[in-house]
Amino acid sequence: MAQIRNFSIIAHIDHGKSTLADRFIQRAKLVEDREFHDQMLDTMDIERERGITIKSQTVCMPYTSAAGEQYILNLIDTPGHVDFSYEVSRALASCEGVLLLVDATQGVQAQTLANMYAALEHQLAIIPVINKIDSPSADIDHTRVEIETELGLDADDAILCSAKEGTGIDDILEAITLRIPPPAGEPEAPLAALIFDAKYDPFRGAIISFRIFDGTIRAGDDIRLMSLGTSHRVEEVGVFRIDRERRPALRAGEVGYVIAGIKTVSDTRIGDTITHVDRPVAAPLPGFREVKPVVFSSIYPVSSEDFDALADSMERYKLNDASLVYQRDSSAALGQGFRCGFLGLLHLEIFQERLEREFDQSIIMTSPSVEFHFVLKSGETIVVDNPVHYPDPIAIDYALEPYIRATILMPDRYLGAVMKLCLDRRGENPRYGYPVPGRIELLFDLPLSEVVYDFYDKLKSVTQGYGSFDYELLDYRRSELVKLDILVNGERVDALAIVVHADRARMRAVNVCERLRKEIPRHLFKIAIQGAIGGKIVARSTVAPFRKDVTAKCYGGDITRKRKLLEKQAKGKKKMRTVGQVMIPQSAFVAVLKTNEEE
Amino acid sequence: MKRNDGSPAAPAWRVPPTAGGAGAGLYVHVPFCRTKCPYCGFYSTPESGNERRWLAALEREAALYRGVFPAFDTLYIGGGTPSLLGAGDVSRLFDTLRGVFVFSAGVEATIEANPDDVDADLLAAWRRLGVTRLSLGVQSFDDAVLRRLRRRHDASTARGAIALAREAGFANLGVDLMYGIEGQTFGSWMRTLETALDHAPEHLSCYELTIDAGTEFGARRAAGTLRGMSETAGRRFLLETSALLRSRGYIHYEVSNFARGAAHVSRHNLAYWRGVPYLGLGPSAHSFGGDERWWNVRPLDAYLGAAEEGRAPVEGRETIGEEERALESLSLGFRTADGVPLATLRRRPDWEAVLDRLVRDSLVSVEGDRAVPTIEGFCVADRIALLFAA
Repeated sequence: MAQIRNFSIIAHIDHGKSTLADRFIQRAKLVEDREFHDQMLDTMDIERERGITIKSQTVCMPYTSAAGEQYILNLIDTPGHVDFSYEVSRALASCEGVLLLVDATQGVQAQTLANMYAALEHQLAIIPVINKIDSPSADIDHTRVEIETELGLDADDAILCSAKEGTGIDDILEAITLRIPPPAGEPEAPLAALIFDAKYDPFRGAIISFRIFDGTIRAGDDIRLMSLGTSHRVEEVGVFRIDRERRPALRAGEVGYVIAGIKTVSDTRIGDTITHVDRPVAAPLPGFREVKPVVFSSIYPVSSEDFDALADSMERYKLNDASLVYQRDSSAALGQGFRCGFLGLLHLEIFQERLEREFDQSIIMTSPSVEFHFVLKSGETIVVDNPVHYPDPIAIDYALEPYIRATILMPDRYLGAVMKLCLDRRGENPRYGYPVPGRIELLFDLPLSEVVYDFYDKLKSVTQGYGSFDYELLDYRRSELVKLDILVNGERVDALAIVVHADRARMRAVNVCERLRKEIPRHLFKIAIQGAIGGKIVARSTVAPFRKDVTAKCYGGDITRKRKLLEKQAKGKKKMRTVGQVMIPQSAFVAVLKTNEEE
Repeated sequence: MKRNDGSPAAPAWRVPPTAGGAGAGLYVHVPFCRTKCPYCGFYSTPESGNERRWLAALEREAALYRGVFPAFDTLYIGGGTPSLLGAGDVSRLFDTLRGVFVFSAGVEATIEANPDDVDADLLAAWRRLGVTRLSLGVQSFDDAVLRRLRRRHDASTARGAIALAREAGFANLGVDLMYGIEGQTFGSWMRTLETALDHAPEHLSCYELTIDAGTEFGARRAAGTLRGMSETAGRRFLLETSALLRSRGYIHYEVSNFARGAAHVSRHNLAYWRGVPYLGLGPSAHSFGGDERWWNVRPLDAYLGAAEEGRAPVEGRETIGEEERALESLSLGFRTADGVPLATLRRRPDWEAVLDRLVRDSLVSVEGDRAVPTIEGFCVADRIALLFAA
């Protein structure tokens, strides 16, 4: 056990985490050079394309130190996004140390800070690593200053590297063996293993990634998942060396996988404790909680006859994503669909993209909503995550909405613009500090509903890419909420409704009507788009009709060409939903949440 | 929706279905032009001296289709510039066609002509050969507009050509006109129409300029130096043209076509819109056999080469299935005063509500078991068809 090191790499997005992991894998010779490709641990297309990590991956690497000692280094690669912060916390709980990667061209960012706090919370050894030192815009001295002042770490301990060029890799591996402590634990004690991820395999079912704190696990053992109370027989245990490698047993301190005839990942819980049925541990490992979705949206097939195919895809999708929750839902405008809950917007976007790409589903997604609480005059509290279920206004005593604490780091010259953005989004209680001269750390309490859509994009834009952002959920606060209904040619379109703050309702209504005017194509008749609050029209726009659309000449040779054009147009039409006689494109349903402050 | 109270309802007549003929249509493409007009997307070549080879090739091509089509009810010699052919060549062409194919009694035989090509002798020769209908490519009676189009004739030549045609005894005369040309005002267009009306042609085609990719105008549009008509202007020209011509006794039987009474519609063109089979001979000509459409190679060389080797000079074919036929009957039907049978609309489940809306908006009227576009409906015929395209 003294030769095992369990560690993770934590970094702000784009600071080079996956590239560094690639270098480790190459150094450990886990893959042949000809089989190597970038982002080895990011197996999904969407991860490679976006350069992000969504699912945790582990890799078990042999290493011979400078002193000639043999080590086993277990790298636990974690998702890099705040949506998946619970998964990250469980992965960190499985480690004794972290590499805290800082990009020498960008310095410390909001996620660097959030990640470091998480590591400190788990009392992990932290090795600061300054990456991208080969870049012409690298500012190593300044990065050192930030590491000292913003992170409070000793910059003399920082290792310089260029993951891209492969420099400094040996120094890092050596430091892992020297500065991260070996795991503790007792192989003969009752089994206590922490689940930090699970993946679905069509042949084997759920493949659970875990870290053993105490005890030993072998194939044939009867195990219990403590929070669920379910029992399973172990079919196989092993470690990941890119591919799965079977082992007769895994012991305290080790990281690996277990296959136990568990059908889907939804039959497991991240953070749960695995123990033996016949010799259980007295108490589960600490820190387990059920993850709850915070963002909700409805999805419908673009063509209503495709509902069954969508239902089937949802089921298959869910096999590998335990944090997605969904239930049947129906809309007057869009028919049968599903109401889905997500961990955050990235989770939602990933879902949408994978459903379309990997499952070939054309879907309409309604604008994301948070969970509002309405306390009725009767004293009853109802929870509304779908504007359609907004209660009768007369019955409402007061409303509550979720707030977050946002941490924003940026160069101080953007303070004014970012303050304005946050205040526009109903931010409260601003606090700020100057961790280093020229940089500001700004804290704001913000309604979650104001950040779910495009807050991060807007922040990036007003800070020209220099601002970074992280958040945690705070509490529910009283708020004046109203439902904004959208009428298209006099017909209320339920799937376009949103719940908004009363002070901003009229402005939002104007924005939404204007956006829809641009999204809805012209028809043969004029289309009126209206925004209504409590039955009162507060905004209106119109889509002008076609005045002329006919080809002047159509003789022998034109007929085929013309039919082909018609076929193409008719195909485009299938991407739209018809409400009354108005065709509304997919994009319109999400466009309602986009704001246009700059206009 | 504002009702268009000023707009007429559907034309109060329909061309009897038989006017399209039970037979088929025969088209001959004469691929020669002295110069290329900057707007024209039809195939033509400026080389002369190939007329005899073309005729010989056409004879061989025609022979391939002997007995394939029913009796031809219409013949249309188009181009290109058919009036560049000498009287002898045209005579040989007619001999060929009569030798290979069967024509019904009362066949409509049209020839397209450039105003500056016609003279009394040529017109007399055509009359003797049995040409019943003359289509004159006048385009405009405004010399400035004609120069923009780089036509070879001017307005007085055009007036002269019409007079000559009348003297030669052509009682079914069509005049082709164009609007949407840069520099052409609404007033100029109305004067062109009035001048045309002075000659009381039996048929008028009034086309909005179509800017085709692959033409000089198309290149200018791509370069940003030429623009098509605005929607509003295009609509005004179409509606005003229709109003004027209908007030002078013409029927507006297709988006761009007007006839002085049902007897003078272009039976050949109507056949295209009614889905009647047609055979096209010559380079780039298209044919339709009921469930198949095919088209010839465009370059004259390729056409000659194939025909001289005894091969059909066909470049491509497509099968017209039920789906395709339904789409075509929608897109063609709403172009004409015929409209479409209501049964064609049933592919859209809520067709009755959609049709109801079109009727309320005065774009379509229902006459018996057919949905018929109004003049307003002609302006947006492509969109109406799209509504019912599944």
